[in-house]
Amino acid sequence: MTFSPQLEARFATLLASYPPGRERSAMIPMLLYAQDELGSVTDELIAEVARRTGVTPLQVDEVISYYTMLRRKPAGKYHVQVCTNVSCLLRDGDRLFEHACQKLGIENHGVTADGQFSIEEVECMGACSWAPAVQVNYEFHHDVTPDKLDRLLDELKEKR
Amino acid sequence: MLYNPPSPLETKVLSRRFGLPDSAAIGTYLATDGYQAFLKASKMTPAQIIDEIKASNLRGRGGAGFPTGMKWSFVPRTSPKPKYIVVNGDEGEPGTCKDRVLMENDPHSLIEGCLIAGLAVDAHAGYVYIRGEYRYLIEILEKALAEAYAKGWLGKNIQGTGFDFDLYAHTGAGSYECGEESALLESLEGKRGVPRIRPPFPAVSGAFQCPSVLNNVETFCAVPHILLGGGKAFADLGVPKAGGTKLTALSGHINRPGVYELRLGFPVRQLIEEVGGGIPNGKKLKAFIPGGSSCPILTAAECEGATMDYDSMASRKSMLGSGGVIIMDEDTSMVKVGLRLMRFYSHESCGWCIPCREGTTWLTKIMTRFYDGNGSRADIDLLGDIAKNMLGRTFCPLGDAAALPMISLVEKFRDEFEDYLKGKRREETSGRLVTV
Ligand SMILES: Cc1cc2nc3c(=O)[nH]c(=O)nc-3n(C[C@H](O)[C@H](O)[C@H](O)COP(=O)(O)O)c2cc1C
Ligand code: FES
Repeated sequence: MTFSPQLEARFATLLASYPPGRERSAMIPMLLYAQDELGSVTDELIAEVARRTGVTPLQVDEVISYYTMLRRKPAGKYHVQVCTNVSCLLRDGDRLFEHACQKLGIENHGVTADGQFSIEEVECMGACSWAPAVQVNYEFHHDVTPDKLDRLLDELKEKR
Repeated sequence: MLYNPPSPLETKVLSRRFGLPDSAAIGTYLATDGYQAFLKASKMTPAQIIDEIKASNLRGRGGAGFPTGMKWSFVPRTSPKPKYIVVNGDEGEPGTCKDRVLMENDPHSLIEGCLIAGLAVDAHAGYVYIRGEYRYLIEILEKALAEAYAKGWLGKNIQGTGFDFDLYAHTGAGSYECGEESALLESLEGKRGVPRIRPPFPAVSGAFQCPSVLNNVETFCAVPHILLGGGKAFADLGVPKAGGTKLTALSGHINRPGVYELRLGFPVRQLIEEVGGGIPNGKKLKAFIPGGSSCPILTAAECEGATMDYDSMASRKSMLGSGGVIIMDEDTSMVKVGLRLMRFYSHESCGWCIPCREGTTWLTKIMTRFYDGNGSRADIDLLGDIAKNMLGRTFCPLGDAAALPMISLVEKFRDEFEDYLKGKRREETSGRLVTV
């Protein structure tokens, strides 16, 4: 399987970061960084990561199912994650999540027909003091109101 | 970048570089005593370093509050195995967003803290485990690591001291349980984040089954300040059995939410009224979570005379926890809060041990039917019973983390649960709280 030179460089650094014989430690970071490039964890990727970290594909699969950020199906180009955990809830994070679903016309874990947006209700993302919080891919948005979210989504729509 | 203005009531120790131009850059760090604590420590014996940490009364800032100096002294320095430093930057406890601010604004203090820990326990490598959602922080830390290598503050024979140390950033991939120390160590080995049985503790068998120091980000960041200013001075900032300051994240119904560095022992009233600017719209305080959602919830009455330190919170049967303070005003539906929290814990339970997996699942099921208006009085007792039966019976403390807030909710807010049954549920709450 071929990856971009940047990803190959990242893999090389990762595989050299752990004690000898501990290549398996690189597995989760490798999967996440590869997913960022490929959009999801494919069967081919599982086989490749297994080969490079010296484990079986089943051992990789078993790990993937544990971690919420690793996904077997692609998300939208913009993955909108709305936190509704307690600090965000107290600041209407649940309403914000519903608003986002309506605006995009999809439900939790859904992807828009054009593949541009997906949505997920997420647990605390470490932005509690600036709640409610939203992450689009890895980008944080703080103190988000429905209006602010509308503007953000509209901007992203135009960007395509 | 800082996301909230500072408060004049803060005691700036760990946050003293926040707001400086390029505060995360090594140039700024070196110009403000950066890495001087490491040089000082390199001339001390390991026992002297550990004694200084002990004298500071530093207690772990990740939630459990274990004395840091004592933890370091448990590492068998003379073991033939390599030793490791592991930083817990998983920061998943709802209400907590302070490690993020530290790593973003002063990553070199974290690196220096790791170096000093390395000197103390004869470790020559370390891993900073950062939650996957904090990708931008991993980039900031990687930049800081590269700067430190380039300027000779990491790598071989650091600044001619003869001490070698390598530090690596390691990303998580979405799991609250991976903040639990033994699950974190499993995850670091490329496995599911399932906790390990203890003993042995990480000090003896941690990363890669080798002796390890595992601490929270804030704990490591305090270390350079302790070495530079002396353990005693740090201890004096706090209260008798707990030294220093605590980064406190204020959230919920508060006018000025934000992360503030306050002396341990800071009065709760002053925290709410002066640092936080009070509760919006002149509303009254209903409930207070002192340190992340896993702490027993305190009522407004219990907050009277309380101070932000381990003993004051323990005397109220709660915990200082991670420093994530959540404020709830008089209109908050505790039924809704209870349901949301239980959904969190059942989602995050790793499923390894039965009391936690089944306990959190049933607490969520019962809370859901209760919230939907299909509950009964017996359910209120059942919630408390199930939670009490989880306490102390799980492999790791995630079970307690779910049970403690649940017990406090049904015991302290029972009237509200009863009213909810009578249909007096707050209109505002119905129909929402969607999925997970
Ligand atoms: C479910 C669970 C989640 C935890 N999450 C974190 C976390 O995100 N960050 C952290 O530092 N400690 C967390 N802890 C506490 C760690 O197990 C451990 O006590 C701590 O990292 C030790 O560092 P300290 O002594 O410096 O506090 C968690 C504990 C449990 C039970
Ligand atoms: S509760 Fe939403 S970011 Fe912490």
